[in-house]
Amino acid sequence: MNAARLEQRFAAIKKSGRGGLVTFLTAGDPDGETFRQILNGLPAAGADVIEIGMPFSDPVADGPAIQAAGLRALQAGITLKKILQAVREFRATDAATPLVLMGYYNPIYRYGAEKFASDAADAGADGLIIVDLPPEEAAELREPAVKAGLHWICLVTPTTDGARMKKILAHAGGFVYYVSIAGITGTHSAELQAVREAVTGIRRHTDLPVAVGFGIRTPEQAAAVTQAADAAVVGSALVGTIAESLDGARGEIAEKVLRRVGELAGK
Amino acid sequence: MHYNHRVDTPRKNSPALPDDSGHFGIYGGRYVPETLMPLILEVEKAYAKATADDSFQREFDQYAKHYIGRPSPLYFARRLSAHFGGAKIYFKRDELNHTGAHKINNTLGQILLARRMGKTRIIAETGAGQHGVAAATVCALFDLPCVVYMGETDIARQAPNVFRMKLLGAEVVPVTSGTATLKDAMNEALRDWVKNVDNTFYIIGTVAGPHPYPAMVRNFQSVIGHEVREQMHQAEGRLPDTLIACIGGGSNAMGLFHPFLGDGSVRMLGVEAAGKGIASGLHAASLTGGEPGVLHGNRTYLLQTDDGQIKDAHSISAGLDYPGIGPEHAHLHDRGRVKYVSATDAEALEAFQLCSKLEGIIPALEPSHALACTAKIAPQKKSDHLIVMNMCGRGDKDVFAVAEHLGVKL
Repeated sequence: MNAARLEQRFAAIKKSGRGGLVTFLTAGDPDGETFRQILNGLPAAGADVIEIGMPFSDPVADGPAIQAAGLRALQAGITLKKILQAVREFRATDAATPLVLMGYYNPIYRYGAEKFASDAADAGADGLIIVDLPPEEAAELREPAVKAGLHWICLVTPTTDGARMKKILAHAGGFVYYVSIAGITGTHSAELQAVREAVTGIRRHTDLPVAVGFGIRTPEQAAAVTQAADAAVVGSALVGTIAESLDGARGEIAEKVLRRVGELAGK
Repeated sequence: MHYNHRVDTPRKNSPALPDDSGHFGIYGGRYVPETLMPLILEVEKAYAKATADDSFQREFDQYAKHYIGRPSPLYFARRLSAHFGGAKIYFKRDELNHTGAHKINNTLGQILLARRMGKTRIIAETGAGQHGVAAATVCALFDLPCVVYMGETDIARQAPNVFRMKLLGAEVVPVTSGTATLKDAMNEALRDWVKNVDNTFYIIGTVAGPHPYPAMVRNFQSVIGHEVREQMHQAEGRLPDTLIACIGGGSNAMGLFHPFLGDGSVRMLGVEAAGKGIASGLHAASLTGGEPGVLHGNRTYLLQTDDGQIKDAHSISAGLDYPGIGPEHAHLHDRGRVKYVSATDAEALEAFQLCSKLEGIIPALEPSHALACTAKIAPQKKSDHLIVMNMCGRGDKDVFAVAEHLGVKL
């Protein structure tokens, strides 16, 4: 059952007393086959939760690294249909690792919100994070998604005050994604003390696990963040590893990325 | 002349739009990352407060009159009317505004709001550079630092405006991401805003973006339509019959149309850029050749692929070169209240030359599209039919590009 996978994984992380690792990679980057190799290798490499970015031509919340990844993937021909196919193939080999899809609303809107929700759940995804659907606009996708068994995962940011937090968390599921900086992905990093205070603030409002992302690049940063939070999200640093490896042999890219995931997971 | 940008003209059988959540029917809304939401809500609150305050309106009126040069004339284009041999054609002369286009009506209103909110830094996006110049101008006037995002492709084809912005003290940041045009400049401005929520106000240049921008920009630009109403009453003693305006994002059109939406007898035509022809795929006609989608904070018609990726727009006019359109236009299109047509690059070029020769007015390439439509409509009408075309910008910025298209070496 979809709904249980995330809960079980976060419960296991908590029980083990370690910090969890959420890995973000852009679907289809740098090409469909390499991406499949990376995706299928993530659980063994140490990813606790897999987050897959669905590329969009105009990603306003993303910094240069993830923008470039999206362009590479789009140029290599990625579509939502192919992304769901990759999820389905992954799920056939791994029944335990939660997988969430992150992206912008327009491609989903074109696909059809209800159809996407049911196709994504059917393929084996566990949740959705849609960057440009704040609570004010979210119902048209959130309702069919929740109905299909997907978690509606919400973003909380440094600009979120208490009243707004209540509004956001009223419909949140899975885990809370705390965006640790007022900024875009892969740029600067937050002060640990500020993150700690923010996570404490979030926990006053919800029992959901908290993952912290934006600006986390090293095992040390991940370890520091998970002193307060349940998990750290690493994205731009992994995507950057792909970018740095493009000149070499394609076959080596997956290996390099998975090695980096292993380092981040403390393996 | 007195006008009031606050006035939302009552419409027969339909409530005032947008609704409280910023929607025009299914269009509009607030599709932005959570980091920006508190700020968007703050802008909305501050704007509502300002519109309820007479001193805000007085301040706007004062600068509109003495700095922009409003009201702009409503001019009877005698020779063009005779040339087409039908309707009486009037131009609303917003090209005579300070900075040469309607854009400054909006940047004035927004910077007054930014000052009230205590913001100390202004950002803007620009395509052709007209909005960038208008934003840089009011920033110089009010001594605020101004950062203008502009696609690298546009910087190359609009060099004079880039230099103008720099003279005015603005920093012009080249945008290389995506396709390096207006939509990418807007993406980059939004990214800047996400990073600088504390001190920065984003002056959006058209009736698009998250609520309250489409309504706010429309209301600032409605000074155009309110003036036309009064001026036409003085000139002809009645309402005009047809309003015609070009549309990129659609702010000059919205400003002209909005005060007349409740007048059933007034027909309105919005003219999109058909580029090399709709069938060629190289155009900027979001309503004629696009589908509803979500971009830059609002739901509206967009040029996009079947997979929901945004496509590049194409037009000879950099100011119309945007793959979306303001959400209120999308709504008016679906309701059938405004008719949306298109004009090609070639038709606009022809109108550009005709207007220069017959009226001694060199129009910008943007309103040349409206003029191309006027050329089709006017001959079908009787001599007592009153057309108002919004001459929303002057063509000085375009003479080099036009010369190149005509094969003339300067």
